[in-house]
Amino acid sequence: MDKVQMARQFIEAIPHARDLGLQLIELENGVAVITMPYDKKLIGNPATGVIHGGAVSALMDTCSGAAVMSHPDAPGGTATIDLRIDYMRTATPGDTITATATCYHMTRSVAFVRVTATDNDTDNPVATATGTFTVERPR
Amino acid sequence: MTDAQPKSGGAAATKRMSVKERHALHKRWDQSLNSLAINVPYIAFLGIDFDRRGDELTAILPFQDKLIGNPFLPAIHGGVTAAFLEVTAVMTLSRQYLWEKLENGELDLDRLEKGEVPRLPKTIDFTVDYLRSGMPRDAYARARVSRAGRRYASVHVEAWQDDHTRLFAQATGHFLMPQKRV
Repeated sequence: MDKVQMARQFIEAIPHARDLGLQLIELENGVAVITMPYDKKLIGNPATGVIHGGAVSALMDTCSGAAVMSHPDAPGGTATIDLRIDYMRTATPGDTITATATCYHMTRSVAFVRVTATDNDTDNPVATATGTFTVERPR
Repeated sequence: MTDAQPKSGGAAATKRMSVKERHALHKRWDQSLNSLAINVPYIAFLGIDFDRRGDELTAILPFQDKLIGNPFLPAIHGGVTAAFLEVTAVMTLSRQYLWEKLENGELDLDRLEKGEVPRLPKTIDFTVDYLRSGMPRDAYARARVSRAGRRYASVHVEAWQDDHTRLFAQATGHFLMPQKRV
């Protein structure tokens, strides 16, 4: 089984990812695209129906981890060391949110990732994040 | 007339209250803020609960299987940890901000009790440090408002499980405070 297929199986087995309805759209060479459909249970502001920032964070964290695992130099699993999220605007209620993560650098022990989340208005990101991740080596 | 003008009623006179009156006010206040949190679907989805003791607010994340991010360890999802910390930070900051509004008469507790959602601080950025993996057990978090300005606030938040001295995550966030409409 190739690594990308393994990463896909791993992501699809994550209980919380399943609960959020995350769908892996693309996974190749350190780039991952994952979507999260609009769901009423993820609302953060009941007055407006806007999705909670925390749900967007969970999507971006998952997508970043997937990008790391799909990197050609990645030996196996990964865990988040740190993630900084910038919230640019609220996502439009009803829209699916798409995260695109790129693992742009990897050392023996640390992977560096940038990730962007958009709704239907793809030119204006909802949030961006940068993160560092561990590079787990099989012992 | 400006919004800053204290209105009559509300809790403008908290300092002159008797012990009994103050206790009753705190009870109403806790109940209305807890229902404000419960009415946020995402907070209910994660199952986050709040417990205030004196001026200290503890957020509780009871463990559930659906919160797992790594089924092999198993460990709590990093996104859940981030969300838990953020909810705690916003709630702690909002309580402090709304209490000031209540004291100067800008916030009406009756309307809050009826379920009216006040305008709340918005997250600008949030940085999470993952210190160790979250075990499949209940988690707790407390936040400290490092600076509460008129426009921006900075909040630090820490989360732990069995042992308070062994944090599993911490975060710092910046928030935009609700602005008076002009």
